[in-house]
Amino acid sequence: MNKIVEKEYFSEKVVKIVVEAPEIARSRKAGNFVILRVGEKGERFPLTIAGADPEKGTIILVVQTVGVSSSKLAALQPGDFITDLVGPLGKATHVEKKGTILAAGGGVGIAPMLPIVEAFKKAGNRVVSVIAARSRDLIILEEQIREWSDDVIVMTDDGSYGRQGLVTTGMEEVILREKVDECIVIGPAIMMKFAALLTKKYNIPTLASLNTIMVDGTGMCGACRVTVGGKTRFTCVDGPEFDAHQIDFDEMLMRLGGYRNEEKQAFDNYVHQCQCQKEKP
Amino acid sequence: MSKRETMSIDPETIKKERSAGWREELRSKTKNKDRVAIERVHMPELEAEIRVHHQDREVNRGLTLAQATLEATRCMDCVTPTCIEGCPVSINIPKFIKYIESGDILSAASTLKETNALPAVCGRVCPQEKQCESRCFYVEKLKKPPVAIGYLERFAADYERESGSCNIPETLPPNGIKVATVGSGPAALAFAGDMAKYGYDVTVFEALHEIGGVLKYGIPEFRLPNAIVDFELENLRKMGVKFVTNFIVGRTATFDDLKEQGFKGFFIGSGAGLPRFMEIPGENFNGILSSNEYLTRVNLMGAHSDDSDTPILRGKNVAVIGGGNTAMDSVRTALRLGAERAIIIYRRSEVEMPARVEEVKHAKEEGVEFMTLCNPVEYFADKNGRVNRMRVVRMGLGEPDASGRRRPMVIEGSEFDLDVDLVIVAVGVSPNPLVPASLPGLNVSRWGTIIVDEDKMQTSIPEMFAGGDIVRGGATVILAMGDGRRAAEHMHSFLMTK
Repeated sequence: MNKIVEKEYFSEKVVKIVVEAPEIARSRKAGNFVILRVGEKGERFPLTIAGADPEKGTIILVVQTVGVSSSKLAALQPGDFITDLVGPLGKATHVEKKGTILAAGGGVGIAPMLPIVEAFKKAGNRVVSVIAARSRDLIILEEQIREWSDDVIVMTDDGSYGRQGLVTTGMEEVILREKVDECIVIGPAIMMKFAALLTKKYNIPTLASLNTIMVDGTGMCGACRVTVGGKTRFTCVDGPEFDAHQIDFDEMLMRLGGYRNEEKQAFDNYVHQCQCQKEKP
Repeated sequence: MSKRETMSIDPETIKKERSAGWREELRSKTKNKDRVAIERVHMPELEAEIRVHHQDREVNRGLTLAQATLEATRCMDCVTPTCIEGCPVSINIPKFIKYIESGDILSAASTLKETNALPAVCGRVCPQEKQCESRCFYVEKLKKPPVAIGYLERFAADYERESGSCNIPETLPPNGIKVATVGSGPAALAFAGDMAKYGYDVTVFEALHEIGGVLKYGIPEFRLPNAIVDFELENLRKMGVKFVTNFIVGRTATFDDLKEQGFKGFFIGSGAGLPRFMEIPGENFNGILSSNEYLTRVNLMGAHSDDSDTPILRGKNVAVIGGGNTAMDSVRTALRLGAERAIIIYRRSEVEMPARVEEVKHAKEEGVEFMTLCNPVEYFADKNGRVNRMRVVRMGLGEPDASGRRRPMVIEGSEFDLDVDLVIVAVGVSPNPLVPASLPGLNVSRWGTIIVDEDKMQTSIPEMFAGGDIVRGGATVILAMGDGRRAAEHMHSFLMTK
């Protein structure tokens, strides 16, 4: 049981929560994730750690409500407990001084990108961040990203904030104006696919951090398998970061939909239940 | 059996206990020719037509007191009880069976717990036909069905649990020394039970949110109810064993962190983590999953019940690849979750199947189809990427391979297609890399298993012992428990002489 000590709405659907997890706060590194479960009938699901305070013994998680489990987590209030929380899982980001790092984060993917940006900056790199989302209210953690970046470009699909266009537009601008030594992309699979295609064109080594379906998160179930360089790898123990140019994103997109019908059904039931409860006098 | 698969048991003790007055009296009460005339008991079962609709109803119902007493009477109380040699944890088999015959079931249960931390579990899931029962006098000398040792073990353990008067094994006074297990499956629990008896302060660390390892996430409710596992865990708790869930030793905290907290010895029983796939085309399509994933969703997460948030794929035509217990558990689960056709696809013949005989029998009764001497070669999917067809090739058997079983060989040109909408791959597991990866000084084989001294179960790091699937790469509950017990015995002498 892990207590929620703080909660902040970034937007209607994106919530930041600060959770007590003293051991994980000490042992986690940039790139690690946790597995959580909300309620005794809850599902296990992964979330990348967006930050930690080892002194206070807390970690930061950012969740976007898309289904039953994320909605249940987002509905918890400070003082509530997360039923189960385990980690840190996955390989940490390999951070060293490389020169200029281009970090591209899309939507809620900006959150897990934050500790990576921080780590690369602390390792002495020049860091240029491109953060992108559909609209202004979905751009999160901009201030924190700015703190650890030498330059930040904000892109929105609808032009409601920053510049109008996709993340790749901002990335290409940076690539054309200066030498980029390594790229890291985190966001929706479709965004990472096109970001990887772009950097491949310019031959820039690129890492993508994947968020796949998982049950245990320790290598046991194999739900998270992904094809990298023609070989099947497990995101949880071999990743979550892989060479973006080697990832079969089309297969990954297909596999993310593996339980779509079941998940939709469950979410419809959940929403219906919530409405029924609200309607009770 | 090799040395590695059995524990030493003092023959003098066995002899002395056999000559106890009550045992002699019992032996003289019934003539041997009357004992051998009794037919082996049949386990009462839930009818196949009913049980295929219930994931949570146990198939074997257990013996009645009368059935158990009669079956116990079959046991000849041999001078040289070879059955004990067949038991990886060296249960004093004649002693517990004779207690049942005498009507003192609680003493029978205590006898089991002298050497077995989980008798109600072992009575249900051990492959007795390959172990104790294969060494029974009835089999070896009379060519008759063996005494139903497994059924009797289950009976005694269940009787004690249901009686409400549960006897907690005696523990030595606390010695204040802290030891830890990594994992909470059968190997770790057996280790924990023995160390608690020696007086150690034992903490069991588990990565998942439930204690029990494969007993919880792997073996289905219809074969091993979770309540049975929980009860045996409660016994360990009463012996002073502490349980910590959601904790990955080596990640959440390092071994060094735990040493700083005073832990002096570690037992690594982290199990066989990684499911193996066959690396054939189309294997990553949706609807093709490992038995670990399928069974974990159902057994650990309860995905088959409406109130669970965890989704499960239900198939009409389900193929399960493999011939072990996990394959049987998966295929029988698929039937219970509504499959119209559930098929085992196994590359050798039924004789070579590693599954318990009883599981194969139950699966057949329930309507599972067996396609033996067949192997998948490719999968096909619909436009959404969901598997809808598989290509299978027929196999022949050649000369015996390293495992002693005849090597399966592809029959060229024998391919045929099957319509399937769910495929469960149960072709084995590889060791979990998480723990070895966090211990640079640990000697690991090229398969990823931890290398140990075969007698002591000690690793290349002296204060670390290991056992179960992380050492064996894939075995049974009882072999894992034997490892845990041997590790406890030797860690105890290691820590005492240190």
